[in-house]
Amino acid sequence: MFKLKVNNKDIEIEEGLTVLQACEKAGVEIPRFCYHERLSIAGNCRMCLVEIEKSPKPIASCAMPASEGMNIKTNTPLVEKARKGVMEFLLANHPLDCPVCDQGGECDLQDQSMFYGVDKSRFKENKRMVPEKNMGPLIKTQMTRCIHCTRCVRFATEVAGVPELGAIGRGEDMQITTYLEKSMESEMSGNVVDLCPVGALTSKPYVFEARPWELKKTETIDVMDAVGSNIRVDTYGWEVKRVLPRINEDINEEWISDKTRHACDGLLNQRLDTPFVKYKNGKFDKASWKEVYNIISAKIKSTEGNKICGISGDLINMETLYIFKEFFNKLLNSKNLESRNNQVYLNSEKRENYLFNSSINGIEESDFIFLIGTNPRFEATILNTRIRKAYLKNKTKIISLNNVGDLTYPYEYLEGNTEIIKEIIEDKHLLSEIIKQANKPLIIIGQSALISESGKYIFESIKSYLNNNKKISDKWNSLNIISKNASTVGSFDLGIYHNIDGSNQVLKDLEEHKYEIVYLLGQDNLNFKKENEFIIYQGSHGDKGAEIADIILPGPSYTEQNGYFTNLEGTLQKAYKASYPPGIAKEDWLIINELSEIINQKKLFKNKDELESSMLNYLSLFKEKNFPKNYNEQRNLKFVNEKIIIRENDYYYSNAIARASKIMSQCRNEKNKFKSTGTEG
Amino acid sequence: MTIKKISKDQPDTFEFSAENMLETKKIIKNYPEGKQQSAVMALLYLVQKQNNNWVPLAAMKYIAKILEMPYIKVYEVATFYSMYNLSPVGNYFIQICTTTPCMISGAYKLVEACKEKISTNERELSKNKSCSWMEVECLGACVNGPMIQINNDYFEDLDKEKTIKIIDQILKGEKPKPGSYRGRTNSAPENNRKTLTENKNA
Repeated sequence: MFKLKVNNKDIEIEEGLTVLQACEKAGVEIPRFCYHERLSIAGNCRMCLVEIEKSPKPIASCAMPASEGMNIKTNTPLVEKARKGVMEFLLANHPLDCPVCDQGGECDLQDQSMFYGVDKSRFKENKRMVPEKNMGPLIKTQMTRCIHCTRCVRFATEVAGVPELGAIGRGEDMQITTYLEKSMESEMSGNVVDLCPVGALTSKPYVFEARPWELKKTETIDVMDAVGSNIRVDTYGWEVKRVLPRINEDINEEWISDKTRHACDGLLNQRLDTPFVKYKNGKFDKASWKEVYNIISAKIKSTEGNKICGISGDLINMETLYIFKEFFNKLLNSKNLESRNNQVYLNSEKRENYLFNSSINGIEESDFIFLIGTNPRFEATILNTRIRKAYLKNKTKIISLNNVGDLTYPYEYLEGNTEIIKEIIEDKHLLSEIIKQANKPLIIIGQSALISESGKYIFESIKSYLNNNKKISDKWNSLNIISKNASTVGSFDLGIYHNIDGSNQVLKDLEEHKYEIVYLLGQDNLNFKKENEFIIYQGSHGDKGAEIADIILPGPSYTEQNGYFTNLEGTLQKAYKASYPPGIAKEDWLIINELSEIINQKKLFKNKDELESSMLNYLSLFKEKNFPKNYNEQRNLKFVNEKIIIRENDYYYSNAIARASKIMSQCRNEKNKFKSTGTEG
Repeated sequence: MTIKKISKDQPDTFEFSAENMLETKKIIKNYPEGKQQSAVMALLYLVQKQNNNWVPLAAMKYIAKILEMPYIKVYEVATFYSMYNLSPVGNYFIQICTTTPCMISGAYKLVEACKEKISTNERELSKNKSCSWMEVECLGACVNGPMIQINNDYFEDLDKEKTIKIIDQILKGEKPKPGSYRGRTNSAPENNRKTLTENKNA
């Protein structure tokens, strides 16, 4: 700690800060374009000039380390004049096209020129013109507006890990480009739009859609993957216009993945806005709520409870899951509830068995990362950038069981056989030693490993191995599971599974056609051949689930209702309503509540508040019950020597919303195009 | 100066000759381990020497691979420095200094000569594809201006006629003599010196 003065105000700061950060601590705002907290320091925009006593010239505060006894001045005529000069140079080549620029209203250059801009231009020469670059379906470029802050270049190289952007040429002729004029091969590319302080890089899907001040902003939670990124949803009337990141240091810092950001146009397409009934001829007909309720009620009343099953989907919030559970357990006396759509192994004994226990922040502390059957780049993009950050910060050693292609950081890979896991457990493999010696190892088990035949063996034996070697303790739990879907952890917390020895009993019975009624709650990823089952589908999109349904109950999407989600590390977060369901669609919980009223003449819950408090109560009881106790070792593990196959992740098509999105289709085509040319190197 | 034009005719591959490969290894050794990227400029120049005065894209990829750095970084360096030519310039690459001292003593006359004899535009090959010309900033021979640089040699104390003569020789494939064209030794004064005359070894 040392002392210095900012505008004659004494402050005390810790070592290693820059002058700009010191000023911020003192509550003085410094204008800047190139400086960004999460990127390396470039110092090339010169907007952050300040005066420091005994220095003959103004100093770029972002690049200057603060030191003992400095007397920093930010409000002197010299500073004002210097910044005005810089601004004049920046504006010399910047086009005056704010009225047709999408950045207008949230443009750093626009805002700062209000303070430091000169009213008249002294620049009589021709302005520079830079050709537009092709950066794929997500980023629209208008490079004439570029002020060469190089934030996008630094983001691509540092955070996204795809060094494809660069600044070519020099001086006035400098241009930002990708070298082959192709889209960035990154799932994080959308973030450069937020980083760009001017309108050079803007969002292509959002082009000319709305002005920022016209939009209603709702802070909520993303459901595209299990990470639970914090987002802000901007709506204009009913339409969700765009999705932006919100800062949450524990989860997504301030980045979001492309799917989170751009799948929102899927909320407008393929929507179910009214109940449908399928008649004998196989055609769907519109119906009223009363009609469908009566049909379902009659059907359910004439069927035994154990002949009815319910399968919940990947984007369902926890209130809905809870009322779904109550509906089945209390009203129908059925235990046939499931949230998994495959035979993924689950040991539901303890909460830690399906969580990312080391927490996302914990990744940065780790000194060794071992990936088993997972491709975090596509399964949890934000988590993958954390691993990259850890690699850059600590040179963390990363080993993957499989070769999963480019993960944006270097890693070693093994052959991908389960035999290796066996060797590790029996202390015969080199990795055993590394795991034992690591202080904070991170063992990440993916869905592809848990779904394999020896899924149970892999999970249980690794857990007992880590336990025996004291790698699972109160301080550090090295066992981590990556779940793929937003509602996975929430479903497990609420007990939406019918587990027999870790396997998915409902799915087995469903494949043997043991059920008469199947209630699909937003479940669109089920591979199932329909026979005589009566299928009720409740959901937001006309996708795979609705296709096989006999009755469709239109529900809202994640932006159209309030609801809780638990992310993969077990954090409970609430998503808020930004828009309302289309047509006569109703909120998910309301549909089930009304349905139970028709069947039983009694509502399950009086209102949403009762449902919410009841659910939270259930959760806290569950967590208490689940407090880590002694570890019981599992016996009779079946070992199968096999190669773990990482399923080809169709990143841009992973859920119903993404599949309905045109932008996601474009991204997918773009990606496949690179693959087929074979030049992806 | 506008951004450098990148040739449309690009060779598919590029590889260093055995001799240059040895040189490459020597250059990389000059830098500490893990900092081999520092060799990028020297290697680009080596490419230029080997490849007839210009750097093709394939060579940049090749260098990026040798130095284990992103291709775009090599590309950035190559487009930044005016020393690297990104399109063919012919066997004889003429650089005319047009910075103040040369300009005052008539550098634009030399530019005219080049325009007449070689091509109307900068960085454009002559009809027989043997040479091209370009205006550059100070080449550090201000005492001997106006001057031009052809490949690695300086031709000094020129005027329009002398330049035309040199260009004619080049176009015919002859090698003109480098140095002063007014008979000076290096940058010594013409017609003996006027000061310090009593000091013999000055």
